[in-house]
Parts: sequence; C-alpha cells; structure tokens
Amino acid sequence: MLDNGFPLATESNILKELIKPPTILRTVVNTITGSTNVGDQLPTGQLSVVPWRRTGVKYTNNEAYFDVIEEIDAIIDKSGSTITAEIQGVIDACVKLTGMPDLTLSFMNPRLLDDVSFHPCVRFKRWESERILSFIPPDGNFRLLSYHVSAQNLVAIPVYVKHNISFRDSSSLGRFEITVGPKQTMGKTIEGVTVSSQMPRGVLNMSLTPSQGTHTFDPVTKMLSWDVGKINPQKLPSLKGTMSLQAGASKPDENPTINLQFKIQQLAISGLKVNRLDMYGEKYKPFKGIKYMTKAGKFQVRT
Amino acid sequence: MSAAPAYSEDKGGSAGPGEPEYGHDPASGGIFSSDYKRHDDLKEMLDTNKDSLKLEAMKRIVAMIARGKNASDLFPAVVKNVACKNIEVKKLVYVYLVRYAEEQQDLALLSISTFQRGLKDPNQLIRASALRVLSSIRVPIIVPIMMLAIKEAASDMSPYVRKTAAHAIPKLYSFYLSLDSDQKDQLIEVIEKLLADKTTLVAGSVVMAFEEVCPERIDLIHKNYRKLCNLLIDVEEWGQVVIISMLTRYARTQFLSPTQNESLLEENPEKAFYGSEEDEAKGPGSEAAASSALPARKPYVMDPDHRLLLRNTKPLLQSRSAAVVMAVAQLYFHLAPKAEVGVIAKALVRLLRSHSEVQYVVLQNVATMSIKRRGMFEPYLKSFYIRSTDPTQIKILKLEVLTNLANETNIPTVLREFQTYIRSMDKDFVAATIQAIGRCATNIGRVRDTCLNGLVQLLSNRDELVVAESVVVIKKLLQMQPAQHGEIIKHLAKLTDNIQVPMARASILWLIGEYCEHVPRIAPDVLRKMAKSFTAEEDIVKLQVINLAAKLYLTNSKQTKLLTQYVLSLAKYDQNYDIRDRARFTRQLIVPSEQGGALSRHAKKLFLAPKPAPVLESSFKDRDHFQLGSLSHLLNAKATGYQELPDWPEEAPDPSVRNVEVPEWTKCSNREKRKEKEKPFYSDSEGESGPTESADSDPESESESDSKSSSESGSGESSSESDNKDQDEDGEKGRSSESEHSEEEGKKRKMKKRKKVPEGQEGGSSSDEGSDSSSSSSESEMTSETEEEQVEPASWRKKTPPSSKSAPAAKEISLLDLEDFTPPSVQPVSPPMAVSTSLAADLEGLTLTDSPLVPSLLSPVLGVGRQELLHRVAGEGLAVDYTFSRQPFSGDPHMVSVHIHFSNSSDTPIKGLHVGAPKLPAGISIQEFPEIESLAPGESATAVMGINFCDSTQAANFQLCTQTRQFYVSIQPPVGELMAPVFMSENEFKKEQGKLMGMNEITEKLTLPDTCRSDHVVVQKVTATANLGRVPCGTSDEYRFAGRTLTSGSLVLLTLDAQPAGAAQLTVNSEKMVIGTMLVKDVVQALTQ
Repeated sequence: MLDNGFPLATESNILKELIKPPTILRTVVNTITGSTNVGDQLPTGQLSVVPWRRTGVKYTNNEAYFDVIEEIDAIIDKSGSTITAEIQGVIDACVKLTGMPDLTLSFMNPRLLDDVSFHPCVRFKRWESERILSFIPPDGNFRLLSYHVSAQNLVAIPVYVKHNISFRDSSSLGRFEITVGPKQTMGKTIEGVTVSSQMPRGVLNMSLTPSQGTHTFDPVTKMLSWDVGKINPQKLPSLKGTMSLQAGASKPDENPTINLQFKIQQLAISGLKVNRLDMYGEKYKPFKGIKYMTKAGKFQVRT
Repeated sequence: MSAAPAYSEDKGGSAGPGEPEYGHDPASGGIFSSDYKRHDDLKEMLDTNKDSLKLEAMKRIVAMIARGKNASDLFPAVVKNVACKNIEVKKLVYVYLVRYAEEQQDLALLSISTFQRGLKDPNQLIRASALRVLSSIRVPIIVPIMMLAIKEAASDMSPYVRKTAAHAIPKLYSFYLSLDSDQKDQLIEVIEKLLADKTTLVAGSVVMAFEEVCPERIDLIHKNYRKLCNLLIDVEEWGQVVIISMLTRYARTQFLSPTQNESLLEENPEKAFYGSEEDEAKGPGSEAAASSALPARKPYVMDPDHRLLLRNTKPLLQSRSAAVVMAVAQLYFHLAPKAEVGVIAKALVRLLRSHSEVQYVVLQNVATMSIKRRGMFEPYLKSFYIRSTDPTQIKILKLEVLTNLANETNIPTVLREFQTYIRSMDKDFVAATIQAIGRCATNIGRVRDTCLNGLVQLLSNRDELVVAESVVVIKKLLQMQPAQHGEIIKHLAKLTDNIQVPMARASILWLIGEYCEHVPRIAPDVLRKMAKSFTAEEDIVKLQVINLAAKLYLTNSKQTKLLTQYVLSLAKYDQNYDIRDRARFTRQLIVPSEQGGALSRHAKKLFLAPKPAPVLESSFKDRDHFQLGSLSHLLNAKATGYQELPDWPEEAPDPSVRNVEVPEWTKCSNREKRKEKEKPFYSDSEGESGPTESADSDPESESESDSKSSSESGSGESSSESDNKDQDEDGEKGRSSESEHSEEEGKKRKMKKRKKVPEGQEGGSSSDEGSDSSSSSSESEMTSETEEEQVEPASWRKKTPPSSKSAPAAKEISLLDLEDFTPPSVQPVSPPMAVSTSLAADLEGLTLTDSPLVPSLLSPVLGVGRQELLHRVAGEGLAVDYTFSRQPFSGDPHMVSVHIHFSNSSDTPIKGLHVGAPKLPAGISIQEFPEIESLAPGESATAVMGINFCDSTQAANFQLCTQTRQFYVSIQPPVGELMAPVFMSENEFKKEQGKLMGMNEITEKLTLPDTCRSDHVVVQKVTATANLGRVPCGTSDEYRFAGRTLTSGSLVLLTLDAQPAGAAQLTVNSEKMVIGTMLVKDVVQALTQ
C-alpha cells in the first residue's frame, strides 16, 4: 500500500486484512450477503504496539506449528568434491492462538545460527543475550526467521551424482550416464528427486532408459529432466543412453551442469533442533508441533 | 440483494451483443471488458440510493480510470457520493477525486466541506483518510485549507493522524512548488513539530517529509538526533530506510571522519579515553604499557553520538527487509571506522540468496565496496561463485566481485574457478571471464605468466569469440612486458589466417607492428598477407594495416617499402574517409618529401614511441563517489534528486547542540556521567582556544560552563583541525601519561625551532599555529600542566621534580620507568628500545617532530637504514636515498611514510624534482612529495612521501622527474615496515593471540647466537626488523611484540620464547599469512646473524 509513492504497509498480514483473499466459502457468502472482500476498516493493528498482530483474535483450537526448512546450496565439481556449500534455513510458522500470546522458542544448539534475520516481532535483545526467540506472533502464517549456515564443514551433502557424459569427435553419437545415490542422509530416505540439465546446443535428441522414474527431453530448449522419485539405497536409480548430435558439427566444448532437486523429511541437515516452546500471557494450553525438512536449493553438479 | 440479479435479468434480456454499455449485468465479471461511450447507466446507478449499485458503478468507473479511459464527464454524479455513508463507496469516490479534481476544480470544491467535516470526525481512521485525500487533490485554491488541516492534524491525539499529516506535507510541497517562502516556512514549522514526536509511527514519515521539503535544514535534526537513533529499531521498515539514509547524511556533516586516525583502539573509545585509569587497577605493569601506548595514538576520539548511531543501527543488519539491510550497510560503509565495517559483509552475503533483482543491486554495491575494502569480503569469496543458472548480468557482477577479491593467496582457487567458467555455454559470460583473467594477471604479478599461458591455450579454442577476446586481453598483457614474449607474438601472427573477428585481427596487427623488432622475419610476411586481403577487411583492421605498414617502413624499409606503398595506395581510394585520411597522413609522415621534411624526421618518434601499458581497471572503480545504495550509484550517473553525500567536516561541529534539556531516554544518565568525565577534555580545548585566558583561568569551572552552553568551543574556535588534534593530544596526556608529558615538553622546546615540515604534512591547514607556535604552545603546556595536577593528584608523580624536564629525554624516561612504571619482578631492566619507540611515536603524535631534521633522536628506531633509490652515476649527479621513518604518514594512515633524501653532487643545480607517472600495481597508491624547486650543487634535501603498499611487498614503481630527465625508480618495502606498533596489555595480547590460532599461526625454531642473548639485543633486533611495539610480559625469557598492518589493520603478534641455552621459538600470529611467513623469515634472519 502506497501513499504518494511512499510505501506504507507491505506486511502481508495487514494487506490480507485490508482485502481478504478470496476463498470458496467467502465467495459463496459474498454472493448471498452482498458483502465484498474489502475490509470495512483499517487494520487495528496499525495503531497498536504490535502492528503485526490484530487484536481480538479467537480460535477454538489453539495451535502453533513450526516448520524448519533448510535448503542446501552447493556446487559440486567434476570429481565429486564440494566447491561451495551453504545452508539457507527458514523457520516458517503457522500460529493460530487466541488473544495476545507471548511465545518463547529455544534451540538445543543455537550456536549454529550465526547469521540470522528475524521477523520484526522477535525481540532482538533477548536473542543477543540468551539466544532465545521471544516474540508475540502475528496471526496465521509468517516467516519467523531465516538463517544461513556457511561454514563448509558443517554442511553435509546428502546425495552424490555419478556421471559420464562424453561426446565423441568423430561420430554423431554421445554417451550419457547418470547415477544418483545417497551419501550422508542420517538414515533418512531421499524423496522427490528430480535431475535436470541444460544440454549443449549441438544435442539433437537423446534416447535414454531410466532404471526408475520418468524422463523427458525437450529438443527445442535442450532441457533434459528426469523425475526420479525416491532413492532406494539397494538399487540406485540410473539413467543411461545415447545422445544424437548434429551431424558434421564439432563436438561441444562445454559439458552440461546437472541441477538436482530433492527432499528429506524429518531432518534438518545442519543439525538444528528446537528445544522447547513456551507460551506466556494466556491461560489455555496450545497444541504445538514442529516439522523438519531438508531440500535442495541451488544444487549444481558440474560435469 | 435480490435487486441486482433482478435488474440484470430485466435488462439483460434486451441487451444484445451490439449494445454492451447499457444494461450490462453489473454483478457479472464482464464489467471490465466493454467500452463505454456514454455513461448514462452509471449515472443512473450512482443516483440510486442503493449502496450496492453505487458500489458497482464506482468499481466500473475506477476500472475505467485504471485502463486509461476518460471518465471525467461523470464528475458531478460521482462527487455527490462523497458524503455516502458506505465506507467502500467513499473510498472509491476518493480515488476518483484524486484523479480528476485537478480538471474540474470548481466542482471539486463542492466536496471540500465533506472533507473538512471528516477532519473533525471522532474516528481517527476517518480523520486520517479525509486528510489523505484532501492533500491529494490538486486544486490550488484549497492550499490554505490544506495548510490549516495539516497544522491541525500535526497536533492530533492519534499518532496515525499525525503520520498522515507528515505524509501530506511533501504532497502539498511538491504539488505547489510555487509556494512562497512564507508557506514553506510554515511547513517547516510543522515538520519541526512532528520531528519532536516520540512515537515510532510518526518518525519514519516525518523524516521522509523532511527529506523532501527541507533536507538542507540539518539544524532541525540536532535536538532529535538521539531520539531518532533510539527509536530506530522500532520504526516500520520503510521508515527505517528513510531515517537511516538521513542519518548518514547528518553524521557526515556533524562528526569527524573515523578513518583519519590510526584505527588502534577505536573499537572502544571510552576505554581508550580513560585507559590509564582502568589500567591502574590492573597493575602497574599494564599501566606502563598503557601510558606508553596512549600517546602513540592519534587523538581521534569518536563522538559518543556517532557511536550511538553505529550501535543502534547494527541490529538492523538482521532485518528481514533487504532495503533496511542495504541502508545499514551503506551507513556503515560511509560512517564506521575501518575495523567495524566488516560486520556488514555477512549480511550482504545473506541478501545474495534473494531474488535476482535484489541480487543485482546488492552485487553492484558489493562490487564497489570490494574495491575499497577488499579484506571485508575475502572470507565470503565462495559465496560469489557462479552457478550456471544465474542470469548473465548476475554472473558478470559476481565475476567482477571475484576479480576484485583475488589476491596473492586466493588466486589459485579463483583461477581454477575461472577455468570452469570459460567452458560455459553463455558466451558473453565467457568473454567477461577472459577479461577478468586479464585483470587478475595485471594485478597479481605472480600469476601473470600462468594466466598468459592459459590465455594462449584458449587461442586454439573452437569458438571464435573466445579466441578474439583472448587476443585482445593478451595484447594488453603483452604490452606490459613485451620483450619476453616473442613466441606468443609469433603464435598470434599465425592466427591471422584463421581469426575473422575484426577486433582481434586489429589487435594482432597492432601487436606485430608495435613489437616488430621482436619478430623481424614474420612481420613483413604478415603485412604481405594483409595487403593481399586489404580490400576485404573491416575498417578497424584496415587502419591497423596502415599502422603496421608505417611502422615496418620505418624499421625495415628495405623489405617493406613497396608493400607499404601498395597498401597506402589501396587506402587512398578506400570508401571510408577515415582510412583515406589516415593513409594521406601516414604517407606524408613516413615518406620524406620537400614540404613535410620537418615532420618525417620525427616519424620514428611518432610511431614507435614507447607506449604505456593499459591499466585494466574495474568499471566500479570510480563509483564510490556516489552514495552506496542510491539509484545514482546503480546507474553510475547522477539521477535527479540525488543528493551528494557531504564530505566529512574538517573540524567537528559543536556536539552539544544535540543535548536536550529534559532527557527522556534511558541512556541519558550514562551520557551525563560521561559528559562529566569528559570535562577535562573540553576544558583543555577551551583553555587553548581562548588564547588570553588559558593560563590563569580555572579549567574546572570553565568546563562546566562549557558542557552547558558550549557553542563557544565550536564557533569561537578559529584554529583548524590539526590544532584541535594537538589539543586533544595534550588533554589526553594530561590525564594519562605524565612522564611522557614532562619529557615531551623538554623536547618540544628543542624542536620548536626546527618545526617546518609538519605543517605541510598536515595538509597545510594549520597556518597560523605555525607562526605563533612559540606563544601558543607554551601556553598549552601551561594548561596541560595545571590540568594534570588538578585532575590527577597521583602521589608518585611528586617524586619527579619539575626541574627534570630539562634533563636529557631518553635517560629520564628510563629512570621513570625504573622507578615508577615497571614492577620489580617484571623486566628488571626496561629495554631502552621499547621506550624510545614509544617516545618517537609520542613525538609524532604531537606533530612537532620532523625526523629527518632530528636524526640523532630518531635514528635508533629507523628499522632500515638508508637505501639507495638512485645512484649518483645513474642519476647524473643526483643521488637519492630513502629510509622508512616509521612515523604515521599524516595524509593517510594506511600509508608508509618514506623519507627521500636527495643530494646533488653534480655542478649544476637540479630543478623541478617531482614524482611523475607512477605505474603501480592495483591497490598501491602514492602520496607524492611536494615538488622541490631547485637543488643547488652540493646541497641535499629531504622530502616525505607516503606509499600505501596495500599490505604486500610489491614494489612501488614510479618516475623521479627533474626538469630534464626522468629516472625509473622503485621502492620495495621490507615486510617489517608494512605495520605500525600497537600497544596492548599482556591479557589483551593473549586474547588476540587466542583468536589467531591454527592457520594464522606460524612457528619457527631457532638458536640464538651468544651475542644475541640479552634482552636489550633481542628487543633491538626485533624492533629493527619490524615496526612492532613491545608488549609487557610476565616471564623474563619471553618477548612479545604487537603491531597492525597499515592498510588492512590486521593484527600481527610476535612471540619469542627464548630458553636459557639459546634455543628459541618464534611465533607469529596474523591473519595475513603471507606477511606472517615473511616476517618470521626476516626476524629469524635478523636474530641468528
């Protein structure tokens, strides 16, 4: 929301209160009652000490869920050694609590978090002195904090990729072989693996056979993508076959980079663990939940 | 709401597709799609008294406005609804009004009364929105009403309304720029009032208004400065951005530059200030260290308000808003002392994870910062590695940063990274990478050959663009050292057959022509081939062919005469007039004829003059004069509305203007205490600035008056900055180190007569101080003396009789040290070396000394004796020596000051000695000495120049020019001269050492020869090798020294653990591993010799 070019409110909770996002129920209600999604009044939170929370929130089920999501950004070089790796983590929260609850969240190993940025609701002083997150949460979904773990030795790389991509100078065929396997997964399964790679311009088509999952190659954009699914450590997924190259053209100098996506449930790869969540200021007992997940961020393997 | 569907059913039936405007179902989604020529239906809907119909009509109208359709003819119908009770309709009417009020001013006036009523509404939200719309209506007649409304709203109960008032101010100001000054003054009054507001809601908006309306009225901020600093963290994000950028500008005008000092103890100004008091508690040993340390420091003390700003903005680096982080980053970059700027690197690197737009802006700023403060981002080098999925602009910016960060230590990894980039599919990026390799090669001499070889290998790449780019870069590299690379030039010559890219062809031809004497056989052959294909070449290549022909004609006319003539004839009839011109011009020059004889005699000089090698520089080099984070910086051009960041003031304006009578924030009590403590400081400066009263007035009482109404010290002071420093120095000394003081006075008297150069070094700012120095400085002695006695009635000091001032300085100090400072258990004999170092530093601090003129005093600390810069035979009678004086260079603390001694042994005077055309590796810079006009035969002179070696032992090459000759000279510093001593206590030393373990620690075992077992000798040898300060030490067979590198300010800690038998272990801890290693080598050599 702007006034004369000067931004006034960019907090999503406030904007949502101004114009309520359409839902099916609300559309039905609107057609019947003739009301609209536009809020009747300015969000009251704007005027209070805690501008991010509206007053008079009421829920029958009081619950607070926290998702610790970590993304691994890494560049792996040809030989499989890590060139750079860092973890970008966020804690997303969904808090549906009545009244004005004051929450504190403490970690088992807060030292891991050395570069952090907070939602404005977090009391910075408390974090500085005690390494405890103390805050009055906004209502609904919000990002509580995001952090960055860059010390290379702390970053475990959960997958490896074996690759053999070669173009021969003489023939118009190239060999292509990729195998994906788990590395340091702390006993968790790797799911939702997809491999994608931008092939060089000289590649006309690819005939490949995956040991599991499905693959596609778009001859126009030269984009190869392989939806692997789960990795079974006993039987590693692989994709083998040949590439047909433009006849007559010399072999491309560059090898494609492989981009990887994956998910590991119930694991924060940095080892971050939430110790406990306490609530003050309200009488009821909320239902609390925490979920960990590790994902691939910008995960590249150079070949 | 059954009416709406019914309505649509009625009309919907009759409305065919041909007449969409009338009877179109208002509730359906199609309202945005049709084009209305007449708006009768809308008018009708607006005239009903059903809110829902009105609402639909307004929605359609606003949709029309959004699509750029003219809806002005509906104005009367719409304006009527301004008084509508339905808040949603009202809002839409407001939107309409804001858009069209300017066109139909008379009608718009009808609505004003509604707003005026709205302004008195009990609901603050209605008051605010009425004001918002009223201020958005551009109707000149209502300016007085708006002014009145803003004034009223500014004192509203609700902060929300006050905030809206603040927003209304710039609207009023910018819509009616013709406001007469009276009205502007009224607005400024309102701003002033709102600035005093204590709620966070208002702060951001009012500062925004301030920036728009009266950014030059910096005086309005004074009283609110501390409040804004303290509120900052609670203000909403957009407000924070505005406030931070305003405070950056404010601080630039109100505080002294923190980078002008030695950056020794600036982390903790208060502690430094009262260092002696604290250390007294710790024990006499540390006190000795502290008292000798204090005078060595330049007298910069950060204003507590400056510190407050830095402290309160730091947490905002962890804001989730990229804009806030960027704003804080630029604030730190522009305001913080060098040692503290580093904190922003981490936050900026975090922002790199964000969207590519944010990345782009952040990387632009990082690129600029990384030129000036390379060390800051070095630990994050890997975060700038490029992914194949990055967009090209991001890739190129990251490459820029990587290139800026490359240095001797990390260049292997950087080059390996570059190698993978060269194989990328993105050809623009590959070209940029090759350029980057070229820049690394020029900046880092060590890898030049490796890079060159790599680039030569690229010449056989299949991609022509890659080859072409390599040729261009190789050309630049070869120009630096052509003699050794005949082979490469031959290789390039062969490429002319294959490469088609004009730029590359031209580059090769130029190279061959320029260095034709290195390839005497190939050059004519190349010319032959080119002559053959001349007509088919591009213009740029043709020009170079002519160039090549001319050069060959001059060097090898026998073989190439005919070829040259052939080429010139071809060029004469070329279609391009540029080429025809060039051919004509060249012919006249090289072929001797009757008319052009005069010129053709010099043709060789014209064509084959030695050309300076091109400097490969970052395109971000000159960007830092724009404020970081600004649009102008991003565009590298001045955008409208850009305000230059002012330079630091020479002299700090009066800090007391920020004092507020009724302190209301928590820090205040602290500050008051501090103020009290600072009294001596103020009183001292006061005492000096009033020249007549200083001797007899009571400093205590004066300081009190000062802290209350101290405008005197700011405005009444006519003296300049250097003067000020002197006073500060004296003030500190008065409290901290009496022994130094007393001897320094003795020295001072001696040196007053000799004092000439220091003023020049100070930047010539202290002109009057020099002229009446005898009177004023004697006064200063008086004051500081009385000061001493009143402030610190230290009992032991009475032992030293005042008469001892006249005793020889060095002796006196060791006496004092023996009696008072050194504890008997530690260091039974105080090493004279350490003392004299501190003594020298002491005197430097005073800016009274001039070492070349008092060599007897300073010779013991000159680590390196005179070294020859230019032998008198080579210099044709001019002999030049240089010494490292180990004094802080006054112009720039990062510079090593080098004394240059000239002596003229010829029999003619040498005139106009100056430095010319320095060719410096990147990062190294030179502060030239002032030109020496004339040096008579047999006379000698001394000049001081500063060189910033950038913490490397690379040589600084420059020319020494006289009126007639130029001599190429180079100064290579021993590693020990790249640092300045730091004085710290044993505990501090141990703490710092603990931080610098592992990779940063270099240990060497050695055996001390018999001659080198005594304390005295060891200390002397170490301090002679390296410019380090002695750190007191608990055990007798351990020696500790500490220093900081000049450019980056990283600590260098040296420990020597000597066993009685002669075995010893030398440990150096430093972040700069290269320096550490070299230092170990040098010290071991010095000790074992």
